Amino acid sequence: MAERPRRAVWRDTHWRSIFAQALVLVALAGVAAWLVHNAADALTRRHVASGFGFLEHTAGFSISQTLIDYSEEMSYGRTLWVGLLNTLLVSAVSIVLSTILGFIVGIGRLSSNWLVAKLCTIYIETLRNIPLLLQILFWYFGVLQTLPVPRQSMTLGSWLVLNNRGVYVPEVVFGHGSWIVIATFLFGLAASFGLYRWAQHTQQRTGKRPVVGWAMPLLIIGLPVVATFALGHPFSLSWPELSGFQYQGGLSINPELAGMTTGLSIYTAAYIAEIVRAGLLSVARGQREAAEALGLPRQRVLWLVLIPQAMRVIIPPLASEYLSLTKNSSLAIAIGYPDLVSVFAGTVLNQTGQAIEILSITMAIYLALSLITSGLMNLYSYAHRLEGSA
Amino acid sequence: MTAFRAPPKHHEGPVEWVRVHLFDGVFNSILTLAMIALVVWAVPPAAKWLFIDAAWHGAARDACEGVSGACWPYIGARLGQIVYGFYDAGERWRADVVFAFGAIGLAWLVIPRLPRKGWVGGMMLTLYPLVAFVLLSGGWFGLPIVSTERWGGLLLTLVVAAVGIVASLPLGVILALGRRSELPVVRVLCVAFIEVWRGVPMITVLFAASSLLPLFLPDGWEFDKLLRALISIAFFNAAYMAEVVRAGLQALPKGQYEGAAALGLGYWQAMIFIVLPQALRTMLPGIVNNMVSMFKDTSLVTIIGFFDLMGTIQAGATDLEWASPNVAVTGYIFAALIYWAFCFSMSRYSAHLEEQLAEGERR
Repeated sequence: MAERPRRAVWRDTHWRSIFAQALVLVALAGVAAWLVHNAADALTRRHVASGFGFLEHTAGFSISQTLIDYSEEMSYGRTLWVGLLNTLLVSAVSIVLSTILGFIVGIGRLSSNWLVAKLCTIYIETLRNIPLLLQILFWYFGVLQTLPVPRQSMTLGSWLVLNNRGVYVPEVVFGHGSWIVIATFLFGLAASFGLYRWAQHTQQRTGKRPVVGWAMPLLIIGLPVVATFALGHPFSLSWPELSGFQYQGGLSINPELAGMTTGLSIYTAAYIAEIVRAGLLSVARGQREAAEALGLPRQRVLWLVLIPQAMRVIIPPLASEYLSLTKNSSLAIAIGYPDLVSVFAGTVLNQTGQAIEILSITMAIYLALSLITSGLMNLYSYAHRLEGSA
Repeated sequence: MTAFRAPPKHHEGPVEWVRVHLFDGVFNSILTLAMIALVVWAVPPAAKWLFIDAAWHGAARDACEGVSGACWPYIGARLGQIVYGFYDAGERWRADVVFAFGAIGLAWLVIPRLPRKGWVGGMMLTLYPLVAFVLLSGGWFGLPIVSTERWGGLLLTLVVAAVGIVASLPLGVILALGRRSELPVVRVLCVAFIEVWRGVPMITVLFAASSLLPLFLPDGWEFDKLLRALISIAFFNAAYMAEVVRAGLQALPKGQYEGAAALGLGYWQAMIFIVLPQALRTMLPGIVNNMVSMFKDTSLVTIIGFFDLMGTIQAGATDLEWASPNVAVTGYIFAALIYWAFCFSMSRYSAHLEEQLAEGERR
């Protein structure tokens, strides 16, 4: 190692940086010790239990929507799972809906159709600039709660029933042997994908593309249809029907879930639309011009040339938008949808008073979700980096 | 060989515009017709509900009885509360003075022709918050004290937004500098701080402020409930601000850092005189965009029991004196208009700044 010029220790950058860092650490440790001391003091004074033992205790309250078995006799730990699954459910559904809507609006904003472009701009500029909480409250208290009572439901045949108890749609009932149909469907899907890859490969090698388009619908739709008939209709639909004052049967979506999904999807779609627009604009102009010069029709230019290249720019901000959607689903507490925050950091916190443990667990879960997402994102960016760039 | 063809005719006029922009091909024509159907389906009923079927006059609930449209008398009756919350009626002029000074200061900063922007900006960041605090909370110069529990409505929304924005900026700059620091300890701490705050929902942060902060402070340190919320909001926003600042720092050409070092400037001198002034200019659009999110996020204080603009409206929606679906929706629409006006003008301003920057780059 090269000899460092001799100077006074306090002028040497090396020693100064070590000293500064040590100072920061000591100060931090001091503050942390002070906070812990205060907390320990406060806990003994207030006679609040500490530790994670409460997770085993009986919860004693009911939850309006549970994806896993749950009853009041079960533990607080169980309520954590119920809440987390509800958070994941509302996030997953909203992610799918907002992506579809966001892509439509984002592509629409760049449309050559003046009316479509203007309406999409109005959509984005209106919904982005109104707080999500206000939108969720509007959908829940302003729309869903004011729907008529079940006896006077708004209906679309039996396909869609709307009333103040929720939204009802027919539900598919999987009868005996239905898994065989699903398996044939999946097989058809996999086989067509294989066929598609083979066709592409052959085209790249020989310049001639084998005509396989006719085989795909046969594989994906034909096989399962044949299987359905062969097995004697294993599927049936359960229709929502009015019995007494309630609707029975079918798939029922309670107003809280419906309000959350509507609000989250419509709000997030405005952001996704802007991401999609920026992505499409980022594709070099020559790409579109070259595709048009090759004689590709406009729809194909969009789907085969622009969108695949735009995806590289779209995906990273899209992932962080999904993440903020998941975090925003915590607004569920405002309308009583039993998500993680509402059940665990709300009801359980009020019952046990163990704020430190409960908020740490809640925050840690959200933090883990973000870290997983950004980890996956880094992997994606690495896999899809442009050749020749770092 | 193909025959020569006449050049395409150059069309102009409204009919041609409609053909090119609305009925260019079968797909576009269908799309246009569908959009016209959508507008016809949605706009007239909405306008009817808002204006024609609406109740306009009256002062009490019966004004909206049996009306199938919006209930504007409710907004009229509650306007005081929507703007000031429970701020004592006789003292509301103080809020008005704060509003007026804020508006003048902001207008000064935004209108390009007015001189001395740096001086006005400095005043807005230092003297103005002080004056606003003294005026709003009282206790000095014979002004009666108005406790923060009585602050509400748009006033509270603006206070929360302003404190969040003003406090998060310096914190964000410090965090961003820390994140790019050469000292590993500082860097790790700043990264951890930023990522933790950005990784959790704001509502958990607000819960933490209301239930954890009192635990971690010594017995007897009484913290105002509003102050607790403000501190957590400032930290939360600072983490987001730090990322905007970091992007601005990264965008600055390396030569600027090297030039500063070549001149013999120390770290802080280089940052304060060379790096930050240039970087701040490029990150201004990002900062304003961030301010839009912060402004919208202030509505979350409703959930922890404050009566800001959102909270006042929500309380009105469930108020027995008025409660009816039309009243609730009228309230939501009125609040949406206010939020929208603030956020839309901020995002327009940000877009304008961006254009200006792009112009400067092109030169």
